[in-house]
Amino acid sequence: MNIIENFDLFAPRLVDKKEYFCSGHRACQGCGEALAIRLMCKALGPDTVIANGTGCMEVISSFYPTTAWDLPWIHLAFENAAAVGSGVEAGLKALRRKGRIPDRDVKVVAIAGDGGTMDIGIQSLSGAMERGHDMLYVCLDNEAYMNTGIQRSSGTPMGAATTTSPAGKVVPGKQEWKKNVAEIMVAHNVPYVATACHSYPLDFMNKVKKARKVKGPSYIHCLSVCPTGWRSASEETIKLGRLAVETGIFPLYEVEDGKYKITIEVDELRPVEDYLNRQGRFSHLAPDQIENIQDRVYQEYNKLMDKVNGLHSWSDLKYEWGLFE
Amino acid sequence: MKKKKWPETWQEINPGCMVFEPASARSYLTGSWKAQHPVWDDSKCIKCGICYIFCPEGCVSQDEKGFFRADLDYCKGCGICAHECWPGAIKMVEEG
Amino acid sequence: MAKRVGMEVGIAAAEAVGMCNIDMAAVYPITPQSHIAEHLSEIVADGRIDAEFVTVESEHTSISCVSGASATGARVYTATSSQGLLYMHEILPIVSAMRLPVVMANANRAISGPINIWNDHSDIMPQRDAGWIVFFADNGQEVVDMTIQSFKIAEDDDVMLPICLNMDGFQLTHTVELIEFPDQKEVNKFLPPRKPFATLHPDNPISMGTLGMPEIYAESRKSQDEALKNSKKTILKVWDEWEKMFGRSYKPVETYLAEDAEILLLTMGSMSETAEIAVDELRKKGLSVGLVKLRLWRPFPFEELKAAVKKAKLLIVTDRAVSFGGSGGPVFIEIKSALYHEKERPLVYNSIIGLGGRDVAVTDFIKLIEDAAKAGEKGIIRDYEFYGVRG
Repeated sequence: MNIIENFDLFAPRLVDKKEYFCSGHRACQGCGEALAIRLMCKALGPDTVIANGTGCMEVISSFYPTTAWDLPWIHLAFENAAAVGSGVEAGLKALRRKGRIPDRDVKVVAIAGDGGTMDIGIQSLSGAMERGHDMLYVCLDNEAYMNTGIQRSSGTPMGAATTTSPAGKVVPGKQEWKKNVAEIMVAHNVPYVATACHSYPLDFMNKVKKARKVKGPSYIHCLSVCPTGWRSASEETIKLGRLAVETGIFPLYEVEDGKYKITIEVDELRPVEDYLNRQGRFSHLAPDQIENIQDRVYQEYNKLMDKVNGLHSWSDLKYEWGLFE
Repeated sequence: MKKKKWPETWQEINPGCMVFEPASARSYLTGSWKAQHPVWDDSKCIKCGICYIFCPEGCVSQDEKGFFRADLDYCKGCGICAHECWPGAIKMVEEG
Repeated sequence: MAKRVGMEVGIAAAEAVGMCNIDMAAVYPITPQSHIAEHLSEIVADGRIDAEFVTVESEHTSISCVSGASATGARVYTATSSQGLLYMHEILPIVSAMRLPVVMANANRAISGPINIWNDHSDIMPQRDAGWIVFFADNGQEVVDMTIQSFKIAEDDDVMLPICLNMDGFQLTHTVELIEFPDQKEVNKFLPPRKPFATLHPDNPISMGTLGMPEIYAESRKSQDEALKNSKKTILKVWDEWEKMFGRSYKPVETYLAEDAEILLLTMGSMSETAEIAVDELRKKGLSVGLVKLRLWRPFPFEELKAAVKKAKLLIVTDRAVSFGGSGGPVFIEIKSALYHEKERPLVYNSIIGLGGRDVAVTDFIKLIEDAAKAGEKGIIRDYEFYGVRG
């Protein structure tokens, strides 16, 4: 039975029961990314086409001769999820205009991991967003190249140990801060940009539904907990996502036409240790390194709050002649 | 479509390795992966649906009475449902 | 009655695409393909065809984009050259493995090292094993005809493979030639709208581009190889149909004065026409020479080639690309291997000519053939040569 369109009501059992990403997929136990996909598909509904980049989600869901997808799905290569998505969108647009396919809205959604979006895929993502295709791009960020064996990507947080940025005697884990692709998307004038996490399922699904309505590009960056790569307990997947938000490490916000809004309010940020000490990838960190991370987290959070409080929606801004005289 | 025997011959294989049957992954039963499985205590269950929404496999569903059960053919035993259940109605029990 | 016009071949290629009712094109500029992209964008902007024209940010994206569109059932087109084709290299085998009928024009240009924008075949040769159907056009008329034919061949249910149509960059794409454009109504009869085998649409959800485990990968590759070999039947059928409708004949291997020739020259691409003049001159001098023009590169036309060369004593294969450290140019390697088991086969020589846009004149062909003839007379086995290289 179909349900409630209004997700402001916190009633998970009333969500659409249809599974578009079925059981039998081969993700690890407790995989946050698989959960994120399952929730995303519920929010998108059946009139969707998925363009997937190579990564965990593609590999675990499409073992020939089976597929876990109950939606049309295409995978080509690693870095071109956005490019393939652009092509699908252009193809469907032309065919619909020429009357060769039924005249109804079909949303194209491109999904890829953090490596396939922020590193190797940044070119095709930037190109697709600049061209303004009517496409939603969801980055499923598990903070490393998990599928190939937990290697460091630009989405790996500072201090994390991965197989290519190990916690060694001289260099203790990744030394660089996490790349903020959501900000890059805002700079591309993408009308709807949001960060989300599977641990806040209704917030995530609301954002997906909102992005689906946008007639143009939209971007959602979803933090996905990976117990295998993060060396955390499989049952704590949801808890870790919550801690990432409550410590201010991954604030959940949305940017509509340049206006920032925090969607999950956190009254007082918890100390980052609460989040870091539950994961094996941070177990090597010394107290001064943790303090470094804490300081930087506060700084980034303040930067975000500055934007939330100070920036106006683009549609409100009007140029006045003689402004700079 | 004629049922093909796995593994297929080169003449039978779908062109481009396309898969025409959606959600056919259900033929692979991941339930054999688990080392523990969830057991619901219906007296504590408030039917909120949290276990249903947080299951990465999507194998938790409601029975006729409205209580939740995991499909053990697919449950991988990750323990998320038991960990998230607010009233503590779910316990993870070891296999075997 | 079809009209003959003088038109730059690159522009004519775009005009030919404009006649084919494409649904979508994605192009990224690279010399010498840019005129094709530019003119096609004008055709779309003027509303002469109803298509989505996507100006992408790289060639890798252009091939990915048209593949995504082709998967939805759209008729698609792209064009590139040299470095662009090499940038697409990662995706080319995927397009053919996924059986997507993409049509691509390649304006042959030398590949870098050192960077060179002029004509040779070194960009298409490394794509030999990508599983695409590969054609070579010799002149502007062929470019137009073969562009229209390519859509029909690629989209045929027995084929479903992408096609790369090669035209020499600058030598062909930037020359003005007399071209007879077929009548639009006739083209519409010849090329009906695409009826795709499988498409991406929620009404029938399928998954494309799945994971192939070792148990199934080899079967998938064999199935693709058989499909490519089999596509020759459809290619010949379509060429036959074209001849009946438009009067121009196309064959996988064309010959010129080769039936009784003792010495044969083999060329691909636009220099075939220059070679014909050289053959005429040499015939006047009394040398028994003929020309073999290879039009179909993949799937390789074994029967036609063997039949064309079997009576000759010497076959000079000209290559416009190098296979460093190998036994000769790529075409030479292919031909030698094709002829290895034949009882009746000529002695085969290899001359690598025209690299990086270096002009190959009629006198060059004459010298090349006469030198080879002298050695061939004595039955000398010759290593491949870089013709005309100083030093």
